[in-house]
Amino acid sequence: MLSVKDLVVSVGRGPDIVRNVSFRIEPGEILGLVGESGSGKSMTSLALMGLLPPTLSISGGSVMLDDTDITYLAPYQRVRRNCGRVAMIFQEPMTSLNPVLRVGDQIEEAVQVHDPDANASARARELLDLVRIPDAAHQLSAYPHELSGGMRQRVMIAIALACRPRVLIADEPTTALDVTVQRQVLGLIRELCDSLHMGVLFITHDLGVVAQLADRVAVMYAGELMETADVGPLFRAPLHPYTAGLMACLPNPESDDPIMATIPGSAPRPGEIPDGCPFAPRCDRASAPCRSGLVPLVHGAPGQSARCHFPLNERAGA
Amino acid sequence: MGRYVIRRTGAAIATLIAASIVIFAFIHLIPGDPVYVMLGDGATPDQVAALRDKMGLDEPLVAQYLIWAGNALQGDLGQSIFFETPVTQVILAGAETSILLALITMVWIIAFGVPVGILAAIRQGTMIDQGLSGLAMLLASVPTFWVGLYLILIFAAGLGWLPSSGYPSIFEQGGLANLSYLILPSLALAAPNAALILRLTRASMLDVAREDYVRTARAKGIRPSRVVLRHILRNALLAVVSAFGFTFAALISEAVVTETVFALPGVGRTVVQSIMRRDYPVIQGVILVIVCMFLVINLIVDLSYRLLDPRVELE
Repeated sequence: MLSVKDLVVSVGRGPDIVRNVSFRIEPGEILGLVGESGSGKSMTSLALMGLLPPTLSISGGSVMLDDTDITYLAPYQRVRRNCGRVAMIFQEPMTSLNPVLRVGDQIEEAVQVHDPDANASARARELLDLVRIPDAAHQLSAYPHELSGGMRQRVMIAIALACRPRVLIADEPTTALDVTVQRQVLGLIRELCDSLHMGVLFITHDLGVVAQLADRVAVMYAGELMETADVGPLFRAPLHPYTAGLMACLPNPESDDPIMATIPGSAPRPGEIPDGCPFAPRCDRASAPCRSGLVPLVHGAPGQSARCHFPLNERAGA
Repeated sequence: MGRYVIRRTGAAIATLIAASIVIFAFIHLIPGDPVYVMLGDGATPDQVAALRDKMGLDEPLVAQYLIWAGNALQGDLGQSIFFETPVTQVILAGAETSILLALITMVWIIAFGVPVGILAAIRQGTMIDQGLSGLAMLLASVPTFWVGLYLILIFAAGLGWLPSSGYPSIFEQGGLANLSYLILPSLALAAPNAALILRLTRASMLDVAREDYVRTARAKGIRPSRVVLRHILRNALLAVVSAFGFTFAALISEAVVTETVFALPGVGRTVVQSIMRRDYPVIQGVILVIVCMFLVINLIVDLSYRLLDPRVELE
């Protein structure tokens, strides 16, 4: 079980771009992390991986996998200490594989890091079967440019699975793919999550994908978590006005109105985030208390919570 | 791979033919009668007629070219007017010096430019990086002859460690120890080029380090040193390898100056002297040989590029 507590990521001595983010991912569960571009989703995921770019650093909070603190460890340090089996796949399968190495070599490399005694080529073939790549033996000797985008993302998943991860982080893994291929990859992730009993952190800006795939959802805005809930309650009865606003922006095929709804204004940039609730300036329910001080945590359905003074569907006593 | 080699070789041969026509035409671009220009004002009509006949200048142009090219293919580049010996002999006399100088210079460039560029990239932003990048900038901006003169001043005149000029063949008295005559010239020649390769290696390493696949490699949990060697370096070297072809071209032109500064009996100096002597057949011959070497080096660069980068064949 992966547990993130009060995670803060900052730019050098500059502003915090991820603030006090906490969530848990249970084995076999897919947590969808939703937010607009620039909301801090990707930086949260890179922080969990220990892969933040050199200009960014974790300045508070912790990341625990089971009982081990892996907060400040880079992946190679995690391997050395034999802990923190968290793997990641990325948005751009086209550029995420080394163009001059054969697919097989890149998978075998990942196998050998975690299990030096394994028969790497046999295991690489197993992994390609696992991610449903046909004709595995032949594909192992292909170069990345010889594969399609969907195939490359499957290879990325195979590389990620080489360490037998407890948690897989998927950062918008289907955004760059065709819709049909997208569905196949989503199906594969769901299937692997169930069969390998692996937790998945699925990052996306697409609420439709979340509704289809995730068990639980965390909604992020301007570096903070606005609302966390099981997928059912979140779509039926969102607590936070921002969550409700995002859903109103989903295209509705039955609506006659040709203009889709939008949330007025734009997300604040790091360093310009207002005091109090960061969403207050764009929120039609906001009033004086929203603009300063701590925002209280409110609860809805079991497992549903949000930070809001004036939630939409609060359930008393929850 | 086979088709790639054939295509590249074909392109090189086509370039050579085009270049040979330009080189051939060069003799006819000389203002006035080339024979008078070569022989000077005091030439007797007999001498003029003899040279005109020897050079085949009375034949039609196409025939002249074909005869010249045919002879060149058989290793006959004509007669030197000054030395009155075959041009091939004149070139061969300087070849040992020039080839050894180029080889030793390339060794310096690769042995210094590439590893130090890697070091600067790994230590990006530190004092080491700033120091090395500053040094590279300095070496790249200073002219070769100036570096050469300072090297002579310090290591030959001042410390007396190395000879300052000339080069006796390694086949003569002294044997391989004669290579010490080439150390200072090759250092002078290598300095600006090694600096360029250093800067290119550094920039290329830093570029590649930002690639998504390097992040993938880190995510696997492999050691940072292995990320650098296996994932960053190999991709970064693609740009560096293709620069070697241009470095070679720079070496040729700078060698002319260096051989003059160090009084080396190389092909570069022969060219300078032949220009002053208006010994056109020698100039033509040397240019042709340089073009051939340039094409061969670039062919090697292209083919090794193919070995490093599997994507090339598709493009």
